[in-house]
Amino acid sequence: MLNYILRQTLMMIPTLIVISIIAFAIIQLPPGDFLSTYVSQLTASGADVDDATIQALNRRYGLDQPIYVQYIKWVTGMLRGDFGQSFEWNRPVNTLIWSRLGLTVLVSSVTMIVTWLIAFPIGVYSATHQYSIGDYLATFFAFVGVAIPNFMLALVLMWIAFSVFGQSVGGLFSPEFIDAPWSWARVWDMLKRLWIPVLVIGTAGTAGLIRTLRANLLDELGKPYVVTARAKGVSERRLLFKYPLRVALIPFVSTVGWMLPQLISGETITAVVLNLPTTGPLLLRALQSQDMYLAGSFIMMLSALTVLGTLISDIILALVDPTIRYE
Amino acid sequence: MDRLSNNPDYELLEEDIGTEDEAVYVASQWRLIWWKFRRHRLAVASGIVLLIIYTLAIFCEFISPYDPTARNVMLTHAPPQRLRFVDSEGNFSLRPFVYGYKREIDPNTLRRTYSIDTSQKYPIYFLHRGTPYKFWGVWETDLHLFGVQDGYVHLLGTDRLGRDMLSRILYGARISTSIGLVGVALSFVLGVIIGGFSGYFGGWFDSIVQRLIEILRSIPTIPLWMGLSAALPPHWPQVRVYFGITIILSLIGWTQLARVVRSRFLSLRDEDFVTAARLCGASRFRIVVRHMVPSFLSYIIASITLAIPSMILGETSLSFLGLGLQAPAISWGVLLQEAQNVRTIALSPWLLLPGVMVFITVLAFNFFGDGLRDAADPYAR
Repeated sequence: MLNYILRQTLMMIPTLIVISIIAFAIIQLPPGDFLSTYVSQLTASGADVDDATIQALNRRYGLDQPIYVQYIKWVTGMLRGDFGQSFEWNRPVNTLIWSRLGLTVLVSSVTMIVTWLIAFPIGVYSATHQYSIGDYLATFFAFVGVAIPNFMLALVLMWIAFSVFGQSVGGLFSPEFIDAPWSWARVWDMLKRLWIPVLVIGTAGTAGLIRTLRANLLDELGKPYVVTARAKGVSERRLLFKYPLRVALIPFVSTVGWMLPQLISGETITAVVLNLPTTGPLLLRALQSQDMYLAGSFIMMLSALTVLGTLISDIILALVDPTIRYE
Repeated sequence: MDRLSNNPDYELLEEDIGTEDEAVYVASQWRLIWWKFRRHRLAVASGIVLLIIYTLAIFCEFISPYDPTARNVMLTHAPPQRLRFVDSEGNFSLRPFVYGYKREIDPNTLRRTYSIDTSQKYPIYFLHRGTPYKFWGVWETDLHLFGVQDGYVHLLGTDRLGRDMLSRILYGARISTSIGLVGVALSFVLGVIIGGFSGYFGGWFDSIVQRLIEILRSIPTIPLWMGLSAALPPHWPQVRVYFGITIILSLIGWTQLARVVRSRFLSLRDEDFVTAARLCGASRFRIVVRHMVPSFLSYIIASITLAIPSMILGETSLSFLGLGLQAPAISWGVLLQEAQNVRTIALSPWLLLPGVMVFITVLAFNFFGDGLRDAADPYAR
């Protein structure tokens, strides 16, 4: 078991290397090199840029060196916690991203838990009452949930809240709490506003999970051991909870792998619409103003978080599912 | 047998001995798939909806009453006009008509309000000669499906510059729905080649491809797409941006198709009929093309159909964020850029209609693909 965990952890390394190459490519993609953009921005704002500063920046990012050296400098810098400089904010990137990444993780994890809580009873009902009205409703909801774009749902919810209740639901905090330090009141305030993004981001995942749970449970309920148990007079409730449900629950853990990228993805665009203080809006602005170190770091860290989440789900899966072999 | 089939009475003969079972035994694979698909009512209905949407997209110049860039400066943010058959005095006319608007500007807020003006009655003429255009960029004509002689008809309202929303949604359909097809075609080529090689040869090539797919799928798509499309040079012409976006969307899209192709290859490689073909001395190429591909083509078609919605959603999301197609181009995502502000939506909710179109199209594709997937293996019980 320990071996398995160790190997899965080591397997992350090549994945992270490939992802870092992709993120670095995104940083390099925009035409022109960012230093000249930066210098022209500084001169435009009236600052005096001397050659020494340019030289220092050049050396720092290895801009005078071949591209692979620049890449290595960027990656090793990142390992030391230096993500480069944000030119729009004129601050080191790492001072900008952590609080936003933290809130992204928070919103995504809450969404995932809520997704599970909603999908579980509906999925079980849908499978045990196949072809009933409730099942059809759940199926219909599942298809609708997948088909409606995240940002569209966010817009519609905002519109309803605005025109019916006359309040704006954007943001994650009330105005008086935006810059306040963390306190219980601030947490409570956030929880009151959290449900809208959670609802918006969670819809697609919930829908998918309902379908998966339903299909798996139906497969399991058709197996001979269930028939045997029923023939022996085991009550329907016990019959369901004793084995079939346990087996059908495995996808709840195993789908984390594809749900996480989806959640983070949905979170990004929903955050832009709802103006949440998470990664989405800042990433968009960074891309618009070609603040590439900031944008690249976001893409890198969001992907790394997803990979980490997948690793955790793999380990949990190995713990829960005895049929997984460690070799 | 040959003598029998030349016999004109053969069909009669077949009918005599043939029961319903007989028809099932002799039916081709595709006929069986069609029979199975037909039973899935919702999928058939969705297929019809898709057919209508694509027809609208193909003939959008003819169907839309106005040029999508033509501005009616006196009618900005005008609400949709209702199509009427009965006028305010209760007279019925077979020819539908719309009422014009009386525009008032609130002196305090400077907000425009429109009220129906029953004195302006604009009858709608079909096959109407309106603004000239080039159909498919080739034939010059001025024939529109419908239009009004004088006055205006905006069945889905107008936008911020007084442009006709119906025309814009129809033109947007062309780009938004075709980007799904082009993107899927690209993903399909990549997916079949890579997935096919991976499944057929196995070994180290297979493990590398599988690893690569896993890595690509672990990256959150929207941030990745955003990063890549932000790198498209802003001075590029529309057509190039269009293909750039399509390629970006396919970068993730091929992985799923490659997986389907690979797993099908693996499961078919050891099937009896493949072994039989090999023992008969068929070449590798013949085995793949003649025996393996036809038996999993239906699965591929089903997965392709299910891959299109994510392409459409991807384009819409990127364009909505302003990182995809840009303003002179018209796609549903570009149109939705106008609806980013909740106050704008509250005042003119019809600006969300392109989103409704996205929803309907994606939903129809999902139902349609679901039906295809169920029908893909007609021999399953």
